[in-house]
Amino acid sequence: MKKFKGKRLSWELADEVLELELHSPPCNEIGSATLEELEEFAAALESAAQHSSALIIHSSLKAGFSAGADLRELYARGQQLAASHRVAGVRDFLERVHRVFNAIDASPLTTIAAVHGVCFGGGFELALTCDLIVADKMARFCFPELRLGLIPGFGGIPRLKRDLSNSLVRDLLLTGRSINSTKGQAAGLVSQLAAQGETLRLARSTAAQVKKFDRATAGAAKRFLKPIPREELRQEIEIFCDLFTRPAVMEKLRRFAESTDPLPYLP
Amino acid sequence: MRTLEETTDEILSLAAVHFRVPREELRPDDDFFKKLGMDSLQALELLTRIENHFGVELPDYEMQGVTDFRTLASRIQARL
Repeated sequence: MKKFKGKRLSWELADEVLELELHSPPCNEIGSATLEELEEFAAALESAAQHSSALIIHSSLKAGFSAGADLRELYARGQQLAASHRVAGVRDFLERVHRVFNAIDASPLTTIAAVHGVCFGGGFELALTCDLIVADKMARFCFPELRLGLIPGFGGIPRLKRDLSNSLVRDLLLTGRSINSTKGQAAGLVSQLAAQGETLRLARSTAAQVKKFDRATAGAAKRFLKPIPREELRQEIEIFCDLFTRPAVMEKLRRFAESTDPLPYLP
Repeated sequence: MRTLEETTDEILSLAAVHFRVPREELRPDDDFFKKLGMDSLQALELLTRIENHFGVELPDYEMQGVTDFRTLASRIQARL
């Protein structure tokens, strides 16, 4: 399918470049509805690979790229289930997310995340599936999960550790602080800095450059450079599910869900 | 090396531009959440503008409990 317009996201393939646009307010939270559309996208990505060179993932919302997992939905679903079934539900959700994120990570296309504003938690983890991150100077990256008594569950730790360093993961994870894109570029996370509002244009310019190269060669280089850290991704799911069984997590999720702040995940 | 007063003044100017309010309406002891009607997203935006302007990093947790420009400036000043 060359074009799709969903409630949470849309995509279009034109001139060898596939663009995935996130547009689920307030800030592209990833819950079950978004995941269903992402699963459709992952299927389309596989079939589009023969006709395209690059993928750009971006958000059309002012607030930013994505604030991460839909924690209100996570809490509500947890409430509906008995404690004994809660972890099974979370595990199923995480495994579905991992299948989609692994498909993007392993795609033979050269993949670019065009990031502005908030890029937190699961949103950061989505950006980390991409080969390149182009970010504007107002973008911020954060792993806030420890505030909820959890670790990132969408593959963020193994991917950031694979791409950068264990020390940066520790800094972000253990302090919960957010970093701006200038710091991100200095750390090697951000490949190009854009002026505010210019990320998509820069990402398209990069995609136009990428198209000049032979796809088989670029795909071979990518397979060599960017192995999927499957064992660590599996461990991450296990640790997340183990932590999720603790009553303190549901209490923290309750406080979050009952917050009236429109963006309560922010520090 | 900037003085605390100079740092405060620069932050007030950055906030005035970002929130499109006249600079003369902002005072060092103003509660910026009340004065500017700032939400948490806007607080992050202001933090990013300040970090970019001064070329420093200010971890979010150093902003916790800070509500006035002068205290914010002192947090920045400690990293210049």
